Amino acid sequence: MAGSGKAHLRAADEVLVRVEDLVVEFPAGRGRTVKAVSGISLDIARGETLGLVGESGCGKSTTGKAIIQLPPPTSGSVHHGLVDLTELSGEAMRRRRTDVQMIFQDPISSLNPRRTVGDIVAEPLRVWGPHGRDEQRALVDRMLEAVGIDPEVARDKHPHEFSGGQCQRISIARSLVVDPELLICDEPVSALDVSVQAQILNMLEDLKAEYGLTLVFIAHDLAVVKNVSDRVAVMYLGKLCEVAGPDALFAEAAHPYTALLLDSIPEPDPTVELDEGLSEGLELPSPIEPPSGCRFRTRCPHATERCAAEEPQMRRVADGHHVACHHPLVAVAE
Amino acid sequence: MSGGTVGTLLEVRDLHTTFSIPAGDVRAVRGVSFDLERGRTLGIVGESGSGKTVLARSIMRLNIGTNVTTTGTATFDGRDVLSLPHAAMQDLWGPEMAMVFQDPMTALNPLVRVGRQLTEHLRHHLGVSKAEADRTAVELLREVRIPEPEARLRAYPHELSGGMRQRVCIAIALACAPSLLFADEPTTALDVTVQHQILNLLGREQADRDMAMVLVTHDLGVVAGRTDETLVMYAGTVVEQAPTRALFADMRHPYSEALLRSIPRTNRPSHTRLAAITGRPPDLIAPPAGCAFSPRCPYAQDRCHEEAPPLAPSGGDASHAFACWTPVGSPEAAESFARNVADGLPSAVAVDLASGGAS
Repeated sequence: MAGSGKAHLRAADEVLVRVEDLVVEFPAGRGRTVKAVSGISLDIARGETLGLVGESGCGKSTTGKAIIQLPPPTSGSVHHGLVDLTELSGEAMRRRRTDVQMIFQDPISSLNPRRTVGDIVAEPLRVWGPHGRDEQRALVDRMLEAVGIDPEVARDKHPHEFSGGQCQRISIARSLVVDPELLICDEPVSALDVSVQAQILNMLEDLKAEYGLTLVFIAHDLAVVKNVSDRVAVMYLGKLCEVAGPDALFAEAAHPYTALLLDSIPEPDPTVELDEGLSEGLELPSPIEPPSGCRFRTRCPHATERCAAEEPQMRRVADGHHVACHHPLVAVAE
Repeated sequence: MSGGTVGTLLEVRDLHTTFSIPAGDVRAVRGVSFDLERGRTLGIVGESGSGKTVLARSIMRLNIGTNVTTTGTATFDGRDVLSLPHAAMQDLWGPEMAMVFQDPMTALNPLVRVGRQLTEHLRHHLGVSKAEADRTAVELLREVRIPEPEARLRAYPHELSGGMRQRVCIAIALACAPSLLFADEPTTALDVTVQHQILNLLGREQADRDMAMVLVTHDLGVVAGRTDETLVMYAGTVVEQAPTRALFADMRHPYSEALLRSIPRTNRPSHTRLAAITGRPPDLIAPPAGCAFSPRCPYAQDRCHEEAPPLAPSGGDASHAFACWTPVGSPEAAESFARNVADGLPSAVAVDLASGGAS
């Protein structure tokens, strides 16, 4: 895709969440609409980490938020088990929120500065219970310990007394205190230093194993996504380009956009040759008037007339590896 | 990367910058010395709070406020900029030294069109007419590869994407042809693809203009391919300093090694455990007595906690200096690492776990 199709979806009984034909549009004034997400289909197996990767403005965060109906998508369905979340009433969706939690990019602004850490982590419990004070406190303490924060020290402090990495730990504790199945992580480490980033990534892997979580990991950094994911979906301008296991994606990227992203990663190795001509001077087109056919064609070195006329569909490259491109970089059966 | 003209452009000696706040004196930069040759690129790497930005701003004299003290010398082209009066600095900013900042949105004035922000100091410093300044501005925008430069002069910053704004900031910095450019995390706020373009642009401009550049970043991946020499900073001091290729070929300071190891690499299989640096950077109001990295160092011994190691070259290579009692690869380091793992020291255990418990 930068096209459509569902060839990459797995059988319904294997997956926890299945997103089909998701469309999210926002009004942009003067009768125009921003086509943030334009018909993507994705599925997430239980216990899996799905990495969602792409540049700013590709719709990856919007997709993550649409899964938990914040806001509900313009059209399309989000099945969680047998239930379509988009069909639920506000109250019914509210009751499901304990199953699906989210953590955000900016750890400091996602915590209320006026409240203590103990209150912040206990807040979901005030809504959902258990309501007993001692029970709540025990749960909060256990959760803070699980994320590596000493509850005795932190409980009565305010968020500004903690570093960015510690605030991210606190916001993870708050999301896990209601024991969710699915955790959507929206750029959880991009505001952090590399050393802190490594701590948080290791911790997410540990928590995932310990609490049996399923993760959607949204990030623009492919190296980070590769490190944590079981499956990676590459997005461009509201469409999916490629879906594959992380090792396959990096070993043999089939979509020219994936290849561009990979070549842009700065390698910490001075002997690697830099590609001076890479993607020079090419900007992301407007999501208000996206290009016809394949949306990546305006930046693609392999684009032909067919790419403008016809939107590519998802095709199978290998087991668990699908690409939406008319001119993929590896052989694909027609 | 390397320039034609030789000679030292900037010579910094024993620079200290301290901020006085109610809680005490924050010693943000604690004795940094380095030389930068004309036309060369120096990378300064470190975590948030390592003092890299304060160092760059101290040399540019951009730390404003009555609570800042900077001591030491920074000799730029024969003049000590730290002792120059403010008015003299105004003549240096632009034609001699310029800076590109991290956040291109807040670095530009949101209420002023791009054209005027570009021509402002052209007219001030070079005294050119408005028409000529506009012509130069269009040329500059074309040079930083902004499409339709004539039309962009009339644009406000919010009408441009982040990458385009950073190109405008670079054009502004280059306008008066400085001989030294500070780029302070110029690509941290940008996408990887745009980062690649902007770094290419900076490298090209630097080579064409034979301009020296100080590239401040937290990303070892950014310095690797794009600098001649690298300073690794930790807690306000330089812990390792070497030609970039030599540094990556043979990292001697445990902090440099730890920074490199904490980066996820694409050539490793997914779910590889990262060797995170445990703990946090030290409090710069009361820095630790010995080596500032010793509380987080997997190789630390008793001596490290008591006595600060000097920054000195070791062996035959005079250009590669580091400040460590137990440098990476030395028998002392191997010995203290094994002991620290056995003692269950978290910093050593984290590294041991990530390497699969090899030791």
